[in-house]
Amino acid sequence: MSAAIAMPVARPRWRRLLRRYGPAWAGGVIVLAWLLIAVFAPLIVPYPPDAQDIVNRLAPPSAEHWLGTDVLGRDVFSRLLFGSRLSLLAGFSVVLLGAAIGVTVGIVAAWSRGFVDEALMRFTDLVLCFPPIILALAIAAALGIGSTNTILAMLVVWWPKFARLARALALVQRSQEYVEAATVLGMRPVRILGRHILPNTLGPLAVLVTLDLGIAILTFAGLSFLGLGVVPPTPEWGSMVAEGRELVEQWWVAAFPGFAILTVVVGFNFLGDGLRDWLDPKTRSR
Amino acid sequence: MPRYIATRLLSAIAMALLASLVVFLISALVPGDPVLAQMGDIAASNPATVLEWRAKWGLDLPLWERYGIFLRGLVHGDLGISIATRRPVLDDIVQYAPATVELATIAFLMAIGIGIPLGIAAAVWRDSWVDSAARAISLLGVSAPTFWLAFIMLAIFYGWLGWAPGPGRIDPIAFPPDGATGLFLLDTAMAGDWEAWWDAAAHLVLPATVLAAATIGLITRTTRAAMLDSLGQDYVRVARAKGLRARVVVLRHALPNALVPVVTLGGLAYANLLAGAVMTETVFSWPGLGRYTFRSAAALDFPAIMGITLVVSATYLMVNLLVDLSYAALDPRVRR
Amino acid sequence: MPVLEVEDLRTVFLTDAGAVRAVDGVSFTVGAGETLGIVGESGSGKSVTALSLMRLLEEPARIIGGTVRFQGRDVLAMSGEELRNWRGDRAAMVFQDPMTGLNPVIRILRQVTEHMVSHGRQTPASAKLRAVDLLRRMGVAAPERAAASFPHQFSGGMRQRVMLAIGVANDPVLLIADEPTTALDVTIQAQILDLMRGLNREFGTAIVLISHDLGVIGTVCRRVAVMYAGEIVEEAETAAVLTDPRHPYAWALVNAVPRLDSPAGARLVSIEGGPPNALDPPPGCRFAARCPFKIARCETDHPPLIEVAPGRRARCWVTQDGRPLPPPPIAAQAALREPAPEERPLLEAENLVKHFPLGRLGFFGPVPVVHAVNGVDLRLRRGEALGIVGESGCGKSTLARLVTRLHAPTSGTLRFDGQNITNFSAAEMRPLRPRMGMVFQDPYASLNPRMTVGEALAEPLLAHGRVATKAEARGRVLDLMATVGLKPEWAERFPHEFSGGQRQRVSIARSLALEPDLLVADEPVSALDVNVQAQVLNLMLDLRARLGLSYLFIAHDLAVVRAFCDRVAVMYLGRIVEEGPALELFAEPLHPYTVALTSAVPEPGRERVVLRGEPPSTLSLPNGCAFRARCPVARPVCAEARPPLAEVAPGRRVACHFPGSFQA
Repeated sequence: MSAAIAMPVARPRWRRLLRRYGPAWAGGVIVLAWLLIAVFAPLIVPYPPDAQDIVNRLAPPSAEHWLGTDVLGRDVFSRLLFGSRLSLLAGFSVVLLGAAIGVTVGIVAAWSRGFVDEALMRFTDLVLCFPPIILALAIAAALGIGSTNTILAMLVVWWPKFARLARALALVQRSQEYVEAATVLGMRPVRILGRHILPNTLGPLAVLVTLDLGIAILTFAGLSFLGLGVVPPTPEWGSMVAEGRELVEQWWVAAFPGFAILTVVVGFNFLGDGLRDWLDPKTRSR
Repeated sequence: MPRYIATRLLSAIAMALLASLVVFLISALVPGDPVLAQMGDIAASNPATVLEWRAKWGLDLPLWERYGIFLRGLVHGDLGISIATRRPVLDDIVQYAPATVELATIAFLMAIGIGIPLGIAAAVWRDSWVDSAARAISLLGVSAPTFWLAFIMLAIFYGWLGWAPGPGRIDPIAFPPDGATGLFLLDTAMAGDWEAWWDAAAHLVLPATVLAAATIGLITRTTRAAMLDSLGQDYVRVARAKGLRARVVVLRHALPNALVPVVTLGGLAYANLLAGAVMTETVFSWPGLGRYTFRSAAALDFPAIMGITLVVSATYLMVNLLVDLSYAALDPRVRR
Repeated sequence: MPVLEVEDLRTVFLTDAGAVRAVDGVSFTVGAGETLGIVGESGSGKSVTALSLMRLLEEPARIIGGTVRFQGRDVLAMSGEELRNWRGDRAAMVFQDPMTGLNPVIRILRQVTEHMVSHGRQTPASAKLRAVDLLRRMGVAAPERAAASFPHQFSGGMRQRVMLAIGVANDPVLLIADEPTTALDVTIQAQILDLMRGLNREFGTAIVLISHDLGVIGTVCRRVAVMYAGEIVEEAETAAVLTDPRHPYAWALVNAVPRLDSPAGARLVSIEGGPPNALDPPPGCRFAARCPFKIARCETDHPPLIEVAPGRRARCWVTQDGRPLPPPPIAAQAALREPAPEERPLLEAENLVKHFPLGRLGFFGPVPVVHAVNGVDLRLRRGEALGIVGESGCGKSTLARLVTRLHAPTSGTLRFDGQNITNFSAAEMRPLRPRMGMVFQDPYASLNPRMTVGEALAEPLLAHGRVATKAEARGRVLDLMATVGLKPEWAERFPHEFSGGQRQRVSIARSLALEPDLLVADEPVSALDVNVQAQVLNLMLDLRARLGLSYLFIAHDLAVVRAFCDRVAVMYLGRIVEEGPALELFAEPLHPYTVALTSAVPEPGRERVVLRGEPPSTLSLPNGCAFRARCPVARPVCAEARPPLAEVAPGRRVACHFPGSFQA
């Protein structure tokens, strides 16, 4: 009797799979590609990044210079590939160090409660009440031009959001019934923290870290664009855009480095969103 | 409710005081002596003159007394003297702020006007082409570097197509309009000079779009997520079971609940637009606070940077306070 | 003309794996003014049926067949406009969770009036008057003020009254209620069910009541349809199903639930296994795999809904010839060790108090304090099972966390096996931990999602040095799993791969790992379906007999406590108001609150005392007796002095100035 009724089918499987996992895969591929480029840049660039060729300055994209040359006749393509090193390095160091500091502060605050918690969180709020880019600018200016100083300046404004998130997650975790269950079974606090609380907070943290890598790279490039990130002639995307920003006719000098930033940030965004969906039990059946 | 406002106001003032302390400490403790920077080499080579200078500026006093003097200065609106312009920092800020406020406000209105409807549409027609388009727009908005986007827009619409006017607030051969506010749109409209109004408006289009791009992305995303959450709630099903029209269910039942996170973000976004105009203003030669910040940073002009930081942070705190208070208007559960 | 005719309704969920048949060929009829209950376990398709009737389903759910006729009109063929005009007007629906069903940012008045106006039944002005009138009729205190308020200012019971007012605002012909009392306490449930009976009696509103609880349906509905795996398996008068079920699943459902009047020591009927795969149901009877009465034909032929007696239909080959199913066997209960009276109690609490300070509202003003537990005395002897019952907010869960020292008491004394552990630090408690186990209410939240069951069970063994190596632990883990009836190959699975009942078994196994003397169980079965509840309760009874465990058993379900415990303590607002042997206490309650509580249990034939009002706030304790505001026999003295918990008969202690003066 029920056989007479045609069972409807959902959309074709490959389309659903593409919709669900496509962006995450694309993000992974983009990020991996840039990581490989950064590592192997010296081996794959056609020209040394700071080799000048004044005669050939501001040459449009061609077979010799795929992305053209800049004001000093340097190959934009080579500088762009080399530029990935500093951008990724800055992004990873700011976010990973910032996360390490922030998570430590947040977990200490959540675990100690009382006065320590109050003091740490007030301090966190204090840093958060400054507009990040202005504070980073002020600190970077105070410390002087250079990538290390810029990274330090970014760190100062970067850790608080991780502290907030880690504290919130830890507070949620410590009231979880499985943490209570572990306490009733007589587990030591260190073990509860390591075996029960940390593994369950890593997911959301990983999502934030991934999404944040893109933002950190953007911010670093922005500070470089303003002249703070790197000392010339180090190739860096933000400063490359700055060098070409007046050259509307010679658009390739500024357009390609900026596009490179866009791809990296899109990559990390895709990856982060994919990670979030994958970790969310609601969207993940098994 | 009055108690809530009082509490929030007190904590905002406390935060502002702490923020000023931080700014003071950075400016007092950074390597590089502001006095030496202002004196000139010859005067600085004479230790007696240096001491005299220090005494004159109170730099020989203990740190906490200097902070007291700094605070007293703040109360009187004294943010120090800019090294680069040799003018009081506050005067500089007052001069440059209107351009930024105008730019940021227009960008903010664009972001709200585009982001919220787009986010609602994406949530209501989930997985449709509207949703895909909204997600693509928001992804590109948050991922594109502002300074690069500014360059590209300028190259295409000014350099190549010639549709938009070039950098600046107004045609370079025209005189800036006289007016009390310094907001060109307002000043020209009040003077009834519509030609100048059009000129100012045309000059605003590109920079405002560029500045709004990231915020449009953020607001679209947040609105979409909040609306999806709200549309999945039981009270929406109850509203549908009452036989209400879809428009009423979405706009009257789901939307007000979704607005709380959007307002939080919106408030922060406005403050960030004010602060984040640095890059846009640089590319568009916009004579605003951002360009002043950029020039001060490039010249390591400390008093100016600190003054800006302080003013912008105070604005930040104000906006946050307003956001918190608006929760109470949006969500009765906050009122107590 | 009948109000509702449902014919061969089919609803599926489109998933990656295929189409899940949630409702698979359901037919029934509801006449004008009739009441029909739909009962079944979670996943049986009862809620999807309700939503299908109102066409409130959203993707990926889809109605793929059948007809729904409302007063002759084809609901499934209505246009969007017609549907809107019909919904909330002629047919209304009330949902399970009153806490989330009201829009938090809209005043109650507008939520009650908006569809009266939009359907053109009232003008805005007249709708206002009617709304206040409806709220009053639904028993909302101070209706004018309530109408002007926002939902968060009200308790769950009050909100469900508002939801009912919304439902009946346009005088619907049909009211569909989906588990309307599941989220409520038993005394509040009794009030809401009373209201629903009144609606049907006074206005002739036809009611379709969906519930997992046959008792609830029995108090409102004349007829009931039992659903299993997307099908109706039995349809008959409710009273007939309760006394003489004709489908083995209905039989299991009826006999899985302990009742306040069932004979002492009766074992609950529990059927093993779970419902069939809804993607690809078996060719024969869908219940065959779990059926204790099955015959050869059941595996191969799918039974139709057959008339087995006048006015009753069942989908069963066994009862098709009209014979009844046998009553469940009363198993001889294993003899329990009688605790010696002179023995030192295992757990002893004296005047135990726990207050929770809340966050300040501002820089000014006092810190509000939740008075969760306000002076509890209790003694638990070895081998004894002590039940703690009470409604939500009475402090019973806090008490469980106090005696296991998850919380530190604010004051009072707590002794475990003679040791004063009141102020023990976490480190001092640790050596005692193996002796006290705990089972939590929520089988989903109490297991770490990132540990396999094997790891979760091995962890305490390794941490306390009970076993030296992981290999050694594995042997013990398999023993534990066998003890609670889990298959050994499941040790590698993660919690999300188990059903709720299986998880609760894992949770029990974990609490047994260190061979405790005391097991504190905080609502261990209240999140489970009745059949799974019976499985877990039977398991816990077996363990008690086999291992000589002592239980502190916390629950809100009186019949469950009666079936499980030797002694019972009834809590109200953080204090014990009555205590005594389980059978005696429920047979002859002495405190007016206990009387009301037992009478509110939705069992057919019970004389019902509907208690007024709701428990007072725990933020400020009333003077005198905490129950006096709701007490039917309160006198002036009750407001002046708080009655002490005093022994009124051997083994019976009551905190009341007039014990036994109020009877149902």
